[in-house]
Amino acid sequence: MPRGGRNFEKSKDFKGSMKRLLSNLRPWRVMLIIALSLAMISAILALISPNKLSDLADMITSGLTPRINTETVSDIMSDQTISANDKLAFSQLLENAKTEDEDILIKLEELPKPIYEKIKPEMNIKKITKLSLVLAIIYIVSALMSFIQSLILSTISNRFAQKLRSRISTKINLLPLSYFDHNETGDVLSRITNDVDTIAQHLNQSLSVLVTSITLFLGSILMMFITNWIMALTAIISSLIGFAFMGLILGKSQKYFIQRQKQLGNLNGHIEEIYSGHNIVKAYNGEKSASLEFDALNNRLYYCNRKSQFLSGLMQPIMGFVGNFGYVAVCVVGALLTSNNIISFGVIVAFMIYVRLFTNPLNQIAQALTFLQSTAAASERVFELLDEKELPNEDEVTISIDNDKVKGNIVFDHVKFSYDGKNDVIKDFSASVKAGEKIAIVGPTGAGKTTMVNLLMKFYDIKSGDIYIDGISTKKLTRQNIHDLFVMVLQDTWLFDGTIRDNLKFNNTNVTDEEIMNALKTVGINHFVTTLPGGLDAKIGDSETVSQGQKQLMTIARGMLKKAPFLILDEATSNVDTRTEELVQKAMDKLTIGKTSFIIAHRLSTIKNADLILVMQDGNIVEQGTHDTLIAANGFYASLYNSQFEK
Amino acid sequence: MFKLFGKLSKKDLLYAIICVILVAFQVWLDLKLPDYMSEITRLVQTSGSHMRDILIQGGYMMLCAIGSLISAIIVGYFAALISASFSRKLRKDIFNHTLTFGMNEIKNFQTSSLITRTTNDVTQIEMVIAMGLQMLIKAPIMAVWAISKIVNKSLEWSALTGSCVIILLITIICLMIIVLPRFKIVQKLIDKINGVTRENLTGIRVIHAFNAEDFQLNRFEDVNSTLTRTQLFNQRCFAVLNPVMNLIMHFLTLGIYFIGAYLIMNASMPEKITLFGDMVVFTSYGMQVIMSFLMLAMIFMMWPRAQVSAGRINEVLDQKTSLKDGNVLDGVKGMTGTIQFKDVSFKYPDAEGYLLKNISFTINKGETVAFIGSTGSGKSTLINLIPRFYDVSEGSIYVDGVDVKDYKLDHLHHKIGYVPQKAFMFNDSVYNNVAYGDNGKETTSKRVNDAIRIAQADEFINKMDNGLESHIARGGTNISGGQKQRLAIARAIAYDPEIYIFDDSFSALDYKTDSTLRKELKEYTKNATTIIVAQRIGTILNADKIIVLDRGKCVGIGRHKDLMKNCEVYKEIALSQLSKEELDNA
Repeated sequence: MPRGGRNFEKSKDFKGSMKRLLSNLRPWRVMLIIALSLAMISAILALISPNKLSDLADMITSGLTPRINTETVSDIMSDQTISANDKLAFSQLLENAKTEDEDILIKLEELPKPIYEKIKPEMNIKKITKLSLVLAIIYIVSALMSFIQSLILSTISNRFAQKLRSRISTKINLLPLSYFDHNETGDVLSRITNDVDTIAQHLNQSLSVLVTSITLFLGSILMMFITNWIMALTAIISSLIGFAFMGLILGKSQKYFIQRQKQLGNLNGHIEEIYSGHNIVKAYNGEKSASLEFDALNNRLYYCNRKSQFLSGLMQPIMGFVGNFGYVAVCVVGALLTSNNIISFGVIVAFMIYVRLFTNPLNQIAQALTFLQSTAAASERVFELLDEKELPNEDEVTISIDNDKVKGNIVFDHVKFSYDGKNDVIKDFSASVKAGEKIAIVGPTGAGKTTMVNLLMKFYDIKSGDIYIDGISTKKLTRQNIHDLFVMVLQDTWLFDGTIRDNLKFNNTNVTDEEIMNALKTVGINHFVTTLPGGLDAKIGDSETVSQGQKQLMTIARGMLKKAPFLILDEATSNVDTRTEELVQKAMDKLTIGKTSFIIAHRLSTIKNADLILVMQDGNIVEQGTHDTLIAANGFYASLYNSQFEK
Repeated sequence: MFKLFGKLSKKDLLYAIICVILVAFQVWLDLKLPDYMSEITRLVQTSGSHMRDILIQGGYMMLCAIGSLISAIIVGYFAALISASFSRKLRKDIFNHTLTFGMNEIKNFQTSSLITRTTNDVTQIEMVIAMGLQMLIKAPIMAVWAISKIVNKSLEWSALTGSCVIILLITIICLMIIVLPRFKIVQKLIDKINGVTRENLTGIRVIHAFNAEDFQLNRFEDVNSTLTRTQLFNQRCFAVLNPVMNLIMHFLTLGIYFIGAYLIMNASMPEKITLFGDMVVFTSYGMQVIMSFLMLAMIFMMWPRAQVSAGRINEVLDQKTSLKDGNVLDGVKGMTGTIQFKDVSFKYPDAEGYLLKNISFTINKGETVAFIGSTGSGKSTLINLIPRFYDVSEGSIYVDGVDVKDYKLDHLHHKIGYVPQKAFMFNDSVYNNVAYGDNGKETTSKRVNDAIRIAQADEFINKMDNGLESHIARGGTNISGGQKQRLAIARAIAYDPEIYIFDDSFSALDYKTDSTLRKELKEYTKNATTIIVAQRIGTILNADKIIVLDRGKCVGIGRHKDLMKNCEVYKEIALSQLSKEELDNA
């Protein structure tokens, strides 16, 4: 899934998934509670501060106007130090102030000093400083708390993500192989990266946002009503009108976002297809039709893109407008109330902030909820994987076969198996293999050759019948025990991203470099490895320097380094040319002396010297014997073999 | 990035200019708002002012707000138009340019990288334009305008606002310096997590067989804990940002009030009220200034990512294709169906050694020619030169008597039906997969049906739910390898070419299907020239001509019997697969 695109997936069971998610967070619950309490306290502090700020504004306002009231006037009039003339001028000025107030302030200032001193506006700077200090402390404490809170939450969410990833990775190896028959690699990968990432990121953001926003939202409503209920109603109603409008747009844009994701997916699919099939497109002159289809898809994406971007871009301006609208409403109503002396100016200042505190969280709650929605969807996918049925527990197994003491007899006894529970892939397979024999399994594609090996390795459980190693049923042995007995080399050249040495050692830590070089020599690539920069320390990654065939030879060498009594080669040399194969085959023959080995091969030439050839068709053994007897019998094997030379 | 902006059409540029004008208008309105705000404040403060005046001022303020909203909507519309049409154009250009690439360019870029360049990188840039365009226009206008409004009001307040901006910028710059490089590391670590998990999934059988589950888990945990550590560090750094931003905004308001109290106290009576109004206005302008700097900072944060994407896109667009189209439409009369290699050598442009050296041979009309040799001997490379997936380094190749480089490319491809090693399926119906391509003629449904029958694909197609109309999933995941190969062969037959090229295309078929298919194909296409690359001796035993390659050199040409006598390499290959008697009898 392309990164950068927003994920608007809906969860199937939002409540259940959230519950499960929270219960998985239990190990961190103390930290979580601390963090959320901090967020709440920080929000409450943010709510208190506007009130304090309004007090501050009031203090400043009171230092604004001249103190002309009955008290000061009578004080002046009774003051003996002020001349009668001055008193007269003052009272005349007060009379005039009622009719014309233009220059009154200047005139007041021109009054004789003793009178001016009495009525001069006085700023209570001490109180203001004190209050400012209190506010500063509130702000700093609130900031500190939100800082600590987000430190804790990011720690929790990352540790949680780490744990989820570990659990998925562990889980992968506990799943029966049949799981991987139905599920694509990309799907599992996207769960371990994208989904876990979504959970961690969104949990981190939305939890604290949700707590803060809800506190702010409820608190601001409460505070508004406490301060003044008329103003509170004004603020709430004016904001709600805006939000109804916004909800409408949000619902619409959601639709286009979903469509956009879909169209983007379609277009990406087409691009991927055409690029990876580039040689076919070129060879068959498919450029024109590819380009036409691209244009059609591209246009559809363009349309959704434009719509979704336009609509989602509206959010910001509308939010701004809602803020302004609320502001004006608060101001006008506030002014009305102030002029009627019901509230002070400071209340208006407080409400200007409350309007903002009230409108912001609504927006954030809506966003947090969509985040949680996609978190739930992602966690559903993660939990779905973690809930998959695991391989059966093998704790009660007591018998084990020792690597050194095993004889090497294997008996297949009426084995039946099906992958899906309905169609039997192996119908009735019986065979007996003696210690040290070389067994070849041949047959057309889909006959069940690889399935037989999967059953022998206990990758899958048999439906009915049994497989015995030295007379002991494999059902009574642990998978680990069986795996220890077998060396297995597969057709696909699986090597991990690491040095050649690490790859050949694999989990077998006590292998010396000398042994590694010997194994490489046996498969004939020791010279090649020494020419690589770094030799055994050379990295095998996506590098083009190591060919498919060379990789296969390395996997054979890796198999050789594991010492075990049984050997399985499942098309192990199919990527190697026949001349090299012959060399490897000779080396393998030396290795298989004394070992019971199973060989699956496409090329019949590889298996002519086998002690026993099992010919499979549609899940059954149709013929068995040596090459010569089977050719003489002139049956299915013979026709398979001879079709190589048909004209 | 700026180079890509050159792709904007004249219309888009016009829209962009309209945006700039409207944004300027919007900013003007936004900044007008505080004026009305202060006017309302003043009216509220002054005793005896009329309610009507307050309402009028409130009305003006609302008009400003509505005007700002409307222009914001129009700007949003044009911005979405510009970014969406820009990304459409960009995607189209990259896609069409990539279609002209030869295999060489594809190989250099790697398919997966080309895909992300056409999809993710474009989306990345689109998002930056969608969000950034408005901010990029708005932020400077707003900053300059807001600053000009407050700059001569009070030195003290301006200084306070200035220092707030500086602290904000320092915080953001520090964060970017610390965190940005780690973002890249995180991206790499996520790739690594993906890589290790992918290994675990693809190698699940090997891991189980070796009991290496713990080994694998340890490798995973290494990456997992590094990733968690790095990510945790990043997020902890980012935890600073929000509190600091809030702190700055709060302290700005508080600071303006506090300083205001002193200024008002020391002012003369008439100035006090004006100063108070200024103070209220200043708090909102100061906030605007900080906001505009925040926007600029955000653009700076997005810019590097977009820059990286733009660079990757430009690399593709600047890559000139090495394939030069010719102008010959058809071959020389009487030489139809012939292929001639004259002293052909090939090496990859940047490589040292030659993959093919001095290869010469001629193939006549209707012949079946097989190429054999060990892995890495150059078989596939050689046949890739015929449809010009790569161009020869030296020498020349003639098809129908004309040098392949002189053909108009699609006319050369009309002649060739190519089936690759790995059968490729389109996300389409069975029928459309087989009838794929443009060979200059109409593909009849009879031809398609014949092709399917000859390719031995009719049996399994009939078993599918909707027969020929059955859907094939992307990459052909819902059919088996052998079925894919048969459909790919059917596609080549339906294309009705003069020359068939099979690049080891029979490998997933069992011997029986393989031989029936080839027999029927030979009957159906008597006049066509067939080129086969094969591993199995059995497949090529009866070819008219076998060409043996060894380490890029041609070491033998002839029929099976001759080669058994005079070609040592061929003999070794043959004997590694079949016994002497079997070979003699064949």
